[in-house]
Amino acid sequence: MEVGKVKRVAGPLVQATGLKASMYDLVLVGEEGLMSEVIGISGNKHIIQVYEDTGGVRPGEPVKETGAPLVAQLGPGILTQIYDGIQRPLPKLSEASGDFISRGLFVDGIDHKKKWEFKPVVKKGDVLKPGQSFGEVQEQLLINHKIMVPPKNKGGTIKEIYSGNFTVDETVAVFEDGSKLTMMHKWPVRQARPVTKKLAPTIPLRTGQRVVDGFFSLAKGGTAAIPGGFGTGKTVMQQTLSKWADVDIVIYVGCGERGNEMADLLHEFPELQDPRTGRPLMERSIVYANTSNMPVAAREASIYTGMTTAEYYRDMGYDCMMTADSTSRWAEAMREMGSRLEEMPGEEGYPAYLGARLADFYERAGRAEVLNGGQGSISVVGAVSPPGGDFTEPVTQNTLRMVKVFWALDSKLTQRRHFPSINWLDSYSLYDQILEPWFVENVSPDWNKNKRRAMNILQENAELEEIVMLVGSDALPEDQQITLEVARMIINFWLAQSAFHPVDTFCPYKKQFDLLAAILKYRDYAFEAIQRGISVAEINSVPSKDALAKVRLEAEYEPILAKVLAQMDVEFKALK
Amino acid sequence: MTKEYKTITEISGPLIFVEKTEPVGYMELVEIRTGGELKRGQVLDSSDEIVVIQVFEGTGGLSKDTAVSFTGDVIKMPLSPGIVGRVLSGSGKPRDGGPEIVPEVLRDIAGAAINPASREKPRAFIQTGISTIDGTNTLVRGQKLPIFSGAGLPHNDLALQIARQAKALGEAESFAVIFCAMGITNEEAQHFLADFERTGALERAVVFLNLADDPAVERILTPRLGLTTAEYLAFDLDMHVLIIYTDMTNYCESLRQMGAAREEVPGRRGYPGYMYTDLACQYERAGIIKGKKGSITQFPILTMPGDDITHPIPDLSGYITEGQILISRELHRKGIYPPVDIRPSLSRLMNSGIGKGHTREDHRAVSDQLYAYYAEGNDLRGLAAIVGKEALSERDKLVLEFADKFEKKFVNQGRDEDRTIFETLQIGWDLLADLPEAMLTRIDDKYIKAYHPKYAGTAKAAEAPKK
Repeated sequence: MEVGKVKRVAGPLVQATGLKASMYDLVLVGEEGLMSEVIGISGNKHIIQVYEDTGGVRPGEPVKETGAPLVAQLGPGILTQIYDGIQRPLPKLSEASGDFISRGLFVDGIDHKKKWEFKPVVKKGDVLKPGQSFGEVQEQLLINHKIMVPPKNKGGTIKEIYSGNFTVDETVAVFEDGSKLTMMHKWPVRQARPVTKKLAPTIPLRTGQRVVDGFFSLAKGGTAAIPGGFGTGKTVMQQTLSKWADVDIVIYVGCGERGNEMADLLHEFPELQDPRTGRPLMERSIVYANTSNMPVAAREASIYTGMTTAEYYRDMGYDCMMTADSTSRWAEAMREMGSRLEEMPGEEGYPAYLGARLADFYERAGRAEVLNGGQGSISVVGAVSPPGGDFTEPVTQNTLRMVKVFWALDSKLTQRRHFPSINWLDSYSLYDQILEPWFVENVSPDWNKNKRRAMNILQENAELEEIVMLVGSDALPEDQQITLEVARMIINFWLAQSAFHPVDTFCPYKKQFDLLAAILKYRDYAFEAIQRGISVAEINSVPSKDALAKVRLEAEYEPILAKVLAQMDVEFKALK
Repeated sequence: MTKEYKTITEISGPLIFVEKTEPVGYMELVEIRTGGELKRGQVLDSSDEIVVIQVFEGTGGLSKDTAVSFTGDVIKMPLSPGIVGRVLSGSGKPRDGGPEIVPEVLRDIAGAAINPASREKPRAFIQTGISTIDGTNTLVRGQKLPIFSGAGLPHNDLALQIARQAKALGEAESFAVIFCAMGITNEEAQHFLADFERTGALERAVVFLNLADDPAVERILTPRLGLTTAEYLAFDLDMHVLIIYTDMTNYCESLRQMGAAREEVPGRRGYPGYMYTDLACQYERAGIIKGKKGSITQFPILTMPGDDITHPIPDLSGYITEGQILISRELHRKGIYPPVDIRPSLSRLMNSGIGKGHTREDHRAVSDQLYAYYAEGNDLRGLAAIVGKEALSERDKLVLEFADKFEKKFVNQGRDEDRTIFETLQIGWDLLADLPEAMLTRIDDKYIKAYHPKYAGTAKAAEAPKK
């Protein structure tokens, strides 16, 4: 390995001479050996981005090659971990350097001393293909970690395979050609892991959020963007999704976000119960926390590191969800590095390759048939933080070209404390049609029909509100006044959902459907009553309408809803 | 034994370029001697051929013959418990006529990032005595909550009132206030100092003053010095530190000035592309560390140029801080103090600091309900202006009235009025009680039964037999 010399230091960027390293190779800069990556080669100079603070580094200090790109360590022991952007476990860092992160620390991504119980699933003489699993480790109580032949290994015939307790470095199987297999392998984070075949996203990802599942549903393996100005509830939304989405593994990448928020998450995840299993949510989570004041180059890498671990669990056949909060900070890291490299900037100072990088990232999502034979998926939810809440800016626009679901967060809704503050007119989901058969089969044939009815009412409401702003609501015809009232019910009783209410925070499909159907039923009653010549004021004051408002807060809602509907029937019949 | 160089090749604004040096470290402290005066600078770019230095005290009086020496170390702040009660300049030199700080420790002012895994979740309620903060945008210890204001608005009075009144419920503990002034006028600085003296706060304060006529580059140091001091007081001396810095807009202007001098590719509106990271490195130094007694709570004040919240400075700040308190010109004109517009204001950490065990169980519900009708009432004002109040429905009239009363009773309070959280909630309930009970859709029935003034008598009666 060559050792080069630092020529120039300016911020997180270092130029060095005397190296033979390739692009994206990991190198160690300076006496302290700061982790860094080659991001440009020009003449005899290598341009290097440093993942740590460069204060005090001088020209003339050594730069050591490692001969490999930035890799993630993949093996049992990843789950429950809290990493920084380059897969260094944060608790290990604090053991090594205290409460503040110091420099030049190298910590393994997974524990190399811990022994795991390895159970082989193949036997001597079996022929293994790349990506095929040959053993299992019970990583967590409910997560069975499949040990796979690394995708870049050519495979072979098993000569020996052991069972028992091993560390990730110890040999657990030997091929006939003498090559050995351990429980861990390394994978370059910037490279997508291969699959056999990508599949169409035909299964919805249940989140328990009415506005998401009912109106703008995400498919397993789908991609969604949550753009919104600050304070519109992006982070709460992502955390709610992480808690409730019906996936096996959750990867949360806090990319350039707030330290206190990460602390909140790190505090909350271990205490949260997985609603389906009753086990702590943390047992199926991986958190990457690269806060905004941690080095910017590591922030740039964190998205790739997170995606690589997601792909690894997908390859085992699991459904994974990766949330990235926020991709704008990631793009800004690219911009910062680009401007230090004195690259010709594209729109708003972002590098010209912004679109290509975002595309590369979102394309790594999807549902797929994996090399191991089963199916797995990675759904990606990317938060976007547009400056000034302006959706025409480059990161939002480039993201919208890639993703299929758009949850537009609206600061006007936040100001009214309407949560989730997803605007029902601007948002969309392109999975609408492809998911319909699933909902018809599993919930109700009327799922999409009711959805469309409700959306039409809201659309009409938006048009009517403009008129109301001019002439007042009393000037409208009676049927339109009813529409306004029904829209208000859909918005307040159905779309609004409290993430902090113990029952309302999660709403199953059936309940979502029943509640919406009840509101639509009220509409039918009300229109029928108008025909009979009953006044709007009388219709709006039926007591069952107010009772309907609180059904969503009940866990055993069915008898209560039935009672409210029965009451509604009686009350409308009594109107004369 | 440090070498002196007289090889300055270029002086440009706040920067000097020096060639043919020994290897110099990035961010190293530089001493520049000219005619008996000592100036300090910092290395921004170091290569074999040339070193770029930013000079904190300005480049006035420097020439190509000026001697430059490199100290071999990054900038460090001398700290000791004696720093409390001192008034220092924006670059940390005594400004009160007192002696230099005799250091017990020297700390790198750049500060390292707190390991997210070592952070404690902030959740201790701080009562500021101001209803719009305590009731609807609750502050917790370890939070960074900026005040977004505009020129000519009483943000300084609000900051001072918070500094005076802020306390945790039911415990006495050692706390300190750090005040960093960046580019504010002498008059404003006097206002702060006079108030500190009047209330005796100066004894437990550390003041850093960089006034409007002090060098702009020095402003880049000021918050770093303040925060380094804050970390020392909080994590070495177990104090609860409240740090107020004003005005972040001036700080960002200095960043832009430096960026322009270095001929960097500018980002939005000419501000450097790394401004987000730079601001984050200041704001993120708030918080609590597991196992340590102290805490750092930040109150940055920034004036939004042209009252524009989408301007890069408030915009980037808002993405880093845990909410914001917005001062409204409209409310100020109506004569309401503090003119806090709660609609765009937000405290992200509110939920962890309120409710049972912190304030009161109905806090969240009451706050949400107040928000909902105040926002709706505000929208209705626009409508009422067009169609007239009479054309509104009965319900709408009630909501409109609610918004007016909310501003007069809940938002408005005296400059020395220190309301307890329970008084604040009571005002909220009194306002909500004017609406029909069926309209309180965001409040659980059990809270209505327990706290609604209508049931005030019965709830107590129901409680009594239990005891």
